Amino acid sequence: MLRFVLRRVASGVVLVAVLSTVTFFLLYFSSGNIARRILGQQATEATVQQKQHELGLDRPLPAQFGDWLSHALRGDLGDSWFTGQKVVEAITSRLSVTLTLVIGATLITAVVGVVLGIIAATRGGAVDRGVQVLSVLGFAIPGFLVALGLVSLFAINTHVFKPTGYVAFGDSPTEWLSSITLPVVALAIASIAGVAAQIRGSVIDALRQDYVRTLRSRGLSETRVVYKHVLRNAAGPALSVLAVQFVGLLGGAVIVEQIFAIPGLGQVILGATSQGDVPLVMGLVIATAVIVVVLNLAVDLLQGWLNPKVRVGS
Amino acid sequence: MTTTLSSDSVPTVATLERAAHASLFRRLLRNPTGIGSLGFLVVVVLAGAFAPLLAPHDPNKASANDILAKPGGTYLLGADGSGHDILSRLLFAIRPTIEGAALAVAVAAAIGITAGLVSGYYGKWFAGAASWVASLLMALPGIVVLLAARAVIGPSLFGTMFVFGILLSPAFYRVVHAAVAAVRQELYVDAARVAGLSDARIISRHILTVVRAPAIILAAGVAGIAIAIQAGLDFLGLGDVSRPSWGGMLTDAFTNIYTAPLQLWWPSLAIGLTCMALALLANSLRDELERSEKPKRRRRRRPAAPAAPAPAGSAAVQHEPVVPGDQPAAEPGDELLQTRALAVGYDQPDGSVTMVVHDVSLTVRRGEVHGLIGESGSGKTQTAFAIMRLLPAGGRIVAGNINVEGDDLATLSEKAMTRLRGAKIAYIPQEPMSNLDPAFTIGSQLTEPMRIVLGLSKAQAKQRALELLERVGIPDPQRTYDAYPHQVSGGMAQRVLIAGAVSCKPDLLIADEPTTALDVTVQAEVLDLLRDLQAEFGMGLLLVTHNFGVVADLCDRVSVMSAGRIVETGPVRSLFADPRHPYTKSLFAAILEDAEPRGPLVTTEAGR
Repeated sequence: MLRFVLRRVASGVVLVAVLSTVTFFLLYFSSGNIARRILGQQATEATVQQKQHELGLDRPLPAQFGDWLSHALRGDLGDSWFTGQKVVEAITSRLSVTLTLVIGATLITAVVGVVLGIIAATRGGAVDRGVQVLSVLGFAIPGFLVALGLVSLFAINTHVFKPTGYVAFGDSPTEWLSSITLPVVALAIASIAGVAAQIRGSVIDALRQDYVRTLRSRGLSETRVVYKHVLRNAAGPALSVLAVQFVGLLGGAVIVEQIFAIPGLGQVILGATSQGDVPLVMGLVIATAVIVVVLNLAVDLLQGWLNPKVRVGS
Repeated sequence: MTTTLSSDSVPTVATLERAAHASLFRRLLRNPTGIGSLGFLVVVVLAGAFAPLLAPHDPNKASANDILAKPGGTYLLGADGSGHDILSRLLFAIRPTIEGAALAVAVAAAIGITAGLVSGYYGKWFAGAASWVASLLMALPGIVVLLAARAVIGPSLFGTMFVFGILLSPAFYRVVHAAVAAVRQELYVDAARVAGLSDARIISRHILTVVRAPAIILAAGVAGIAIAIQAGLDFLGLGDVSRPSWGGMLTDAFTNIYTAPLQLWWPSLAIGLTCMALALLANSLRDELERSEKPKRRRRRRPAAPAAPAPAGSAAVQHEPVVPGDQPAAEPGDELLQTRALAVGYDQPDGSVTMVVHDVSLTVRRGEVHGLIGESGSGKTQTAFAIMRLLPAGGRIVAGNINVEGDDLATLSEKAMTRLRGAKIAYIPQEPMSNLDPAFTIGSQLTEPMRIVLGLSKAQAKQRALELLERVGIPDPQRTYDAYPHQVSGGMAQRVLIAGAVSCKPDLLIADEPTTALDVTVQAEVLDLLRDLQAEFGMGLLLVTHNFGVVADLCDRVSVMSAGRIVETGPVRSLFADPRHPYTKSLFAAILEDAEPRGPLVTTEAGR
C-alpha cells in the first residue's frame, strides 16, 4: 500500500518536473524584450538593460533555469514581473475561490450524473433515450454558452441570483451561495453529461453480471441491488471519468469566472498570459499540475477502496 | 488477397469490415439525425465559403449611427455595439472558424494516428513512451496550456489551433493504438505477414481500414471541441480582434446584454448549433457503425441461446409428456413446487417472441431431490430462472403458472416475489466465481440477506454466517468471512454460495449445475454436502444438471428435458432401468457407449 502511494507520488513529481522544465524553456526562450514591455516605450535603452539585468534575463538560459529551480525547490516561485507580488502568494490568495467552484461543480456532477445514469440504465426505453440525447447535447454545447444563458435567464431577466461578483463565505453565507450557484451550475452541466453517460454504460454492464442474479435470489430488493452492489461495481470507471471532468472544470472555470466576474485563478491566468508575466505563468502551470497530480493520487486511492482486487494486489 | 494461407475466418472478417465501412456513409444518409446534422454543416460551410457574396454589408464597416440597431431593415439581425452588421459578421466569421477547427483536427489526426499506428503495430518501448506523453498532454486543462502557449506565440488563431491539435492528439492516439493492437493479433494480418507483404502495405491495406471509421467519428468530435475552445478564447478577448469571430461577437453582445439582450442569441446559436451538429454527426456515425457490427454479433450469439423451436429428430414423436411410473404414495398438498404448462420466451426487436421453454409441468415435493436433466440448450436453466422470476433481460413467462404454497409465482407482484426469494426459494448458481460480488467481503454478502430476510442483528448474522461456513466445510471460517471473493478458490466459493443459499432456511433450493465448474475431486464433496444439507434442512431440491451420474447419485425423481419440453418424468430407479422416451434412451446410449468422461458413477449406478 505504502509502496503504491510512494510510486504514484514519485511519478507525480516526475510529471511536475518535466512539465516545469519544458514550460520554463518555452516561456523564457520567447520572453524576448520583456523589459521593454514592462518599462514602456519611453524608457531609455540603459534602463531597459538595467531591468534585463535585474530580472536575470541577460544570463544564459540554463543558468536562469538552475536559479529558478533552486528557488522553486524551496517553495519560492519568484515574483511577478509586473506587480512585484510573490507568485506563490498571488496564486494561493485566489486558489480557494476557484477550487470552491470546481469542487462544488464536481459534487453536483457526481450526484446528478449518477442518478441520471442509473435511471437511464434501469428504466430503459424513452427515459434512456432522453438521457442519452441530453448527454450528447450537454457535452456538445460549450460551457460558456450555458453560463451566458444562465446569466440572462436567472440574473438579468428574473433576478433570482446575483448576476456577477463574488461574496466571501465569511461575509455572508447566503450571498456567497447566491453568488456561486450559477457559476457552479454552468460548470457542472457539461460534466454531468459525461458522467451520466459513463455511469449508464457501466451500470448496464454490471447489471448483466451473474452475481446480480444471485443477489436478487437471496431476497435483496431491487433498490438495494442497484444502489449498493451495482453502483459500487460501476463506480470505478465513473470515478475515472469524474477525475477527467475535474481537470476540464479547472479549465472551464477560467471562462466562467470571467463571465461572472469572480476573482479566482482564471483572472490571474488571463492577466498573466496576455501581459507575458512569465514567472506568474510558470507558477500557474505548476499549480495546475500539482492539483492534477494530487487529484489523480486521490482517485487512485479511492479506486483501491472501491476495487478490492487493486487494493490487495498493490 | 492473401487469404489462402489460413482458416476460413480470414475472408469473413476482412470482407465484413470492408463492407461495413463502404456502406457506412450511405447508411448515415438514411439516419435522420445523421443527415440533418450533416446537411446543417454543409450549409454552414457553403455560407462561409460564399460569405463575400452573401453578406449584405462589409463586416468591418462600423456605422456610428447604427449602434445596436434593431433587427430588420438594412440590418437583418441588427447591428452590434460598434455599428457592425451582425449577419455579415456571422457569415464572415465562419471561414476562419472552420479553417481553425480543420487545422486542429489535421494536426491531432496526423500526430495521433501516426503515433498510434507505430505503437500499435510495433509496440515495445515506443508504445510505453507514447502513452506516457499522451497522459502528460492530457493531464493539464487544455485552456490553461493554450493560455500559457499564447504567452509564447501571441494571439494567432492558427498558432493556437496548431497547439490545440497537439493537445488533442492523444484522443486519436488512444483509439488508433487500441484498434491496431487488437487487429494486429488477427489471423489475416498474420497471414499477410507470412505471405511476405511489407509492413507498409499491411498497414495501409489492412490496418488503416479498421482505423478509418473510429478516426472519422473522433474527427467530428474534435472539430466540435476546437470550435468551442476557439470561441471561448475569442470571447475572452484573447483571439485576433481585428477580424470578426463568433466568440468576439459574443463578448460584444454580453457587454450590451442589458440594452440589447436579443443580440446574445445570434452568435450563441451559431456556436451552439455548429457544435451540436458535429456532436450529433459523430454520434449517429457511431450508432450506424455499431448497428453494422450487431448482426455479426447476433449471428454468433444466437445458436448459443436455447431457442431451437424444432425438436431434434426423435422428440417429434410426441409422447405423453409425463410418464407416471411408480409414484411413491403422494399425498395431495405434499407438493412444494408445481409448474403447469410453463412457457418462457424472449421478446425480439421485431416484435416476435422466441420460445425457449414450452409447456413444462414439473412437480417437486417437500424433501424431495428432483433432477432436471437435459443437454445444454434444452431449456432447463431457463425453467429454473423462470421459477425464481430471474430471467435475463427480454425474457418473460409467456404462459402457465408456478404454484408455491398457494401463490402463483407467474403473476405475483415483484414486491411479494422479493419477499419469497431467499426465504422460500433459494438458488445455487453454476459458476462460483462470477456469482459473488467482487466488491464486498464474503462475510458481508452472507450477512446482508440474513439481516433483511430473517431480521437478524449484525452480531447474530455474523454468528450464523460463521456457523454456516463451518457447516459447509470451510476450514477457517473467520478467514473466509473476512476475505474477498477473488481470494478464495472456486470450490470454496461454491461452498460459500451454498451456505448463502441455505442461510435463510428456504423450503426449496434450486441448484443450477452446481458442480459443473468445479474440479472432479471437489465435485463429489460438494454433492455430498448438498445431499447432507438437503436432508438436514428438509428442503426440496431442484437439481439442474446434464450429468446422469449426478442424478443417479442424488435424486429421488428426475425429469428429462429436450428442446424446451419435458419428455419424461419418473423415479430415478425406474427411469434408469426402463427409459421410455426415445430421447432418454438416446441419452443413455450416448453415455454408456462412451463411458470415459464421468464413467464410474454412471456405469455402477446404471448397471445395478
